[in-house]
Amino acid sequence: MSSLTLLFLIAALGLVAWVVARARARRFRRSARQRFSSLPQHHGWYVALCTVVPALTFLLIWYLVSPALVTDAVLASPRAATLPTAGFERAAILSEAREIAAGRAFGAFTPLADGLAPAYAAAQTRFDAIGTTVALLLAFAGGAWSFLRVRPGFSARTHNERLVMALLLAASLVAIAISAGIVLSLLVESARFFRMVPIGDFLLGTRWNPSVIDPDDPGAALGAVPLFWGTFFIGAVIAMAVAVPLGLMSAIYLTQYATPRTRRWIKPLLEVLAGVPTVVYGYFAALTVAPAVRQAGAALGIASASSESALAAGLVMGIMIIPFVSSMADDSLAAVPAAMRDGSLAMGATSAETIKRVLVPAALPGVIGGVLLAVSRAVGETMIVVMAASGVATLTLNPFASTTTVTKQIVDLLTGEAAFTSAKTLAAFALGLTLFVVTLLLNIVALMVVRRYREAYE
Amino acid sequence: MSKSLVPHAPVSTAEVEPHRPTDWRSIAMERRIRRRYAAERRFRLLGLGAVVVSAGFLAFLLVVMIAQGHLGFVETRVALPLDLRQARLGLTAERLRGPGADLALAGAGLERAVDAAANRAYPMQGGAALLSDGAWLRVRDRIKRDPHLLSRPFMLTLPVASAIDVAAKGNGTPAAERSVAALGPRLSRGIAWSFFSGADSTDATRAGIWGGLKGSLLTMLVTLALAFPIGVLSAIYLEEYAPRNRATDFLEVSINNLAAVPSIVFGLLGLAVFIGTLHLPRSAPIVGGLTLALMTMPVIVIASRNAIRAVAPSIRDAALAVGASPIQVVSHHVLPLAAPGILTGTIIGMARALGETAPLLMIGMRAFIAAPPGSLTDPATALPVQIFLWSDQVSRGFVEKTSAAILVLLVFLLAMNGVAILLRNRFETRW
Amino acid sequence: MSNNPPKMTASHVDVHYGSNHAIRDVSIDVYQEDVTAFIGPSGCGKSTFLRSLNRMNDTIPTARVSGDIRLDGEDIYARGMDVVQLRARVGMVFQKPNPFPKSIYENVAYGPKIHGLAQSKAELDRIVERSLTRAGLWNEVKDRLSDSGTTLSGGQQQRLCIGRAIAVDPEVILMDEPCSALDPVATARIEELIHDLRGRYAIVIVTHNMQQAARVSQRTAFFHLGQLIEYGDTSDIFTNPRQERTKDYITGRYG
Repeated sequence: MSSLTLLFLIAALGLVAWVVARARARRFRRSARQRFSSLPQHHGWYVALCTVVPALTFLLIWYLVSPALVTDAVLASPRAATLPTAGFERAAILSEAREIAAGRAFGAFTPLADGLAPAYAAAQTRFDAIGTTVALLLAFAGGAWSFLRVRPGFSARTHNERLVMALLLAASLVAIAISAGIVLSLLVESARFFRMVPIGDFLLGTRWNPSVIDPDDPGAALGAVPLFWGTFFIGAVIAMAVAVPLGLMSAIYLTQYATPRTRRWIKPLLEVLAGVPTVVYGYFAALTVAPAVRQAGAALGIASASSESALAAGLVMGIMIIPFVSSMADDSLAAVPAAMRDGSLAMGATSAETIKRVLVPAALPGVIGGVLLAVSRAVGETMIVVMAASGVATLTLNPFASTTTVTKQIVDLLTGEAAFTSAKTLAAFALGLTLFVVTLLLNIVALMVVRRYREAYE
Repeated sequence: MSKSLVPHAPVSTAEVEPHRPTDWRSIAMERRIRRRYAAERRFRLLGLGAVVVSAGFLAFLLVVMIAQGHLGFVETRVALPLDLRQARLGLTAERLRGPGADLALAGAGLERAVDAAANRAYPMQGGAALLSDGAWLRVRDRIKRDPHLLSRPFMLTLPVASAIDVAAKGNGTPAAERSVAALGPRLSRGIAWSFFSGADSTDATRAGIWGGLKGSLLTMLVTLALAFPIGVLSAIYLEEYAPRNRATDFLEVSINNLAAVPSIVFGLLGLAVFIGTLHLPRSAPIVGGLTLALMTMPVIVIASRNAIRAVAPSIRDAALAVGASPIQVVSHHVLPLAAPGILTGTIIGMARALGETAPLLMIGMRAFIAAPPGSLTDPATALPVQIFLWSDQVSRGFVEKTSAAILVLLVFLLAMNGVAILLRNRFETRW
Repeated sequence: MSNNPPKMTASHVDVHYGSNHAIRDVSIDVYQEDVTAFIGPSGCGKSTFLRSLNRMNDTIPTARVSGDIRLDGEDIYARGMDVVQLRARVGMVFQKPNPFPKSIYENVAYGPKIHGLAQSKAELDRIVERSLTRAGLWNEVKDRLSDSGTTLSGGQQQRLCIGRAIAVDPEVILMDEPCSALDPVATARIEELIHDLRGRYAIVIVTHNMQQAARVSQRTAFFHLGQLIEYGDTSDIFTNPRQERTKDYITGRYG
């Protein structure tokens, strides 16, 4: 039977279990006049869960494990003796046979696949039958056992709640699993990379040209310093030069000068800036900003102004980051006690003097935290640089020249069908690890700065 | 006389001099105050200027996109006279009404007939090259709807080829512009419905967003189905039931850090684990959905935690005192009150996921897919990735298509964010 | 005042909040027919001890309760004791009225629903009417049961909370300074209500208002710095206290 039918069947069994258990619980409640800890519906849920959960868990594991079992069975059949040894070819033939057996393909490119298809179909049917039988057995067994436990003194509600609690805990652990997954996968692949390329070459080398990797000395063309510089130049220098003044002054205007009505309209507008997808920013940068920058550069007499300049990418990135700086600065300024502002104004200081000399210094930790978080965001940004900056790694101080960043290189390195074990592919993971560590550090420092600020006022 | 409690302070020499009060009327002071007010005005103007410039950037971006993209929804058509009686198609009206109609239409050589008609009607402007490659499909659909057209001459407006289309909109090569001038009134404009219903194509006049849109929708479905339950359940556990110890702190810190990880790192994770280890099909919505779910889950957890935390503790105490169990307190009282905040956070998280491109590029959604995905495991692309792929196209016709696709994406995002803000404003409870 | 066994007994109870020893060696009996008042200066632990009686201290992670507290002879901190049923049998009314943001009907019906006390809607309606009548609120709200509980005045909200506690058919009602957020008129109505409820439910009321304690209770316990200084008939405590500290508090020397 198809998996959908099986799932329906198990769900139906669960429903039946619920109704029957609830009826039984109702019967013994009617005869007794004492208080019970669990209502009939709790007993219903208990039996229903005991019917459905073991069967579903089994099916989940079976779904992940059975393809391998089927493949093993097919490999053990006599027809498979003529297959090549484990490798890309064998996998292709097997998958062809699988498609034919499942009825998703007609006719094969290799006669061998055609011959294996019946073996595949037979094995698949056999294992499907096993899976279905075991699942249904579990459902019935679970249902029967739990039904027998439905007695006056049985605290079904407590059992149900324990199960729910376990579910909640499991959900939270998924978050840990994700973190662990990121770190592990990056570490494993990077470790493989650093076996091929010495870590010193990677972190300190100044030549980045992945298209000319020498198999004997891959590290010579994989020095990442120009990438670090490009990321820093575009993300931390140019973008921040745009975002910090605009973001901070916007926040100052909105918290100190704007009427509540203006603030109510402008604040969401700034948040919209943060909601625009980065691919749109990237396209805008490539289409409009980059040519304009090049023309400006030519007008200023800079001959080498590129149409993929760092300035174009940095400008647009800065615009995108404005809301991050502005909202953190806004929160910090709003959190400064009104008493401080009143005290300064009462002395005859103008608003501007109050802001510059009292409020901003008081809100400074929060503002700095916001700037650090914004830098972290800019450093991790991909699409704007992919579309507006170039792929040529240079170490330059000229904003009109083109340079590349870590994120663009990650995308470029993984283009194409390069094998998972080549230095190029693994370099992408090493870059990813570096990016992860840097953004993590920036976030930790930002939070520490902000937390120390919060203690000063509460 | 008791000793005074105030200690005797020494007198400083500075106080020996008589103290002169500040003269607020002096010229120097007045000048200074004027300067201070001027600085105040400048500062205020600077702040206003910053807000205007920031909003201005947004407006400029929208204006550029609309200017570039509004023509992407419009196609240029040319009027073509057709008489299919001479075309020897082997089709009859009865055959077209029966079940084998599509097969008959496909094998009838309709494309050749349309090309021939174009060659006859516009020999000087390129003939068949004038028409878009998909023009004959319009004829086919028209005939299917109205088989009587097989037996008499008729006129149909058909989409033109990309070069002519671009020239008609003002951006073409000199040769194309001459053709446009020559065609004059026989050219007309109409809404390019094929933009909404078609999939990717190398021909700008046939390229549509449906492939990318469907891929995005399927991916979002997977993302929502995974990130929402796990996110909300984790938030409930962390806020209501987790004991205050080192393990819980570690959990909280992990989730907060995850929310700040760049999206491309999630793409690398998806590549390494889902494609490398689990061998799931490349560029399938299920892999894209899984990867984006990893990225969206922390956002939903944080938003849900804030919503749950905002529920007053007195409600929980009241429910406990009446004899509700901890699970009942949360499901009967806390969740209904936190639901608007949780939904708002989820919608905002999903809007962010909809616009993400980099992780999907990593898992392979960057290929040219000519047909929309049929299931979760078919190769697919997503709308933002489609925009990215089209932006690389050299043909001038793709500029307007890319911008038009951007406008569609922005409309979706605007709608989602609008709903989220509406929810937040309507259900904001004041304690 | 009575020869019946006490409804609730506490023996040598200590409560720690982390390293703070909040309640020291308190032993006290609560009788079914009497209203028992806990008095004492702020921070002396009366509310803390009250919360131990229905295990609401369990919700505070750093709280530790040791000693013996029994309801009808059963140890309420025993492993097999169902906290959920305990809290239905020992109800609580809080200092600041905290109705659920639901309708008046739903507020009162919530308890009976989750404990399965009503077999039909008609029975549930009866329970709601009975509870609100006993809480002295029925006449004022019978025509607007679907209005939200938060639209009532402060005094009405507190009576709604009392009705909510009554709806689950408790044996003991704990009241933690129920009138401190109310105006004098509402306070008087609540005190009348307590008088009406006396006997049907064992009532324990924490109050910082000595005159209120004298008005409503038959037995009074005086707490100071976490210790039970004196416990006895209300009239005895107020006219002839045995302990020096009790006398000082009663006469307004401090607190």
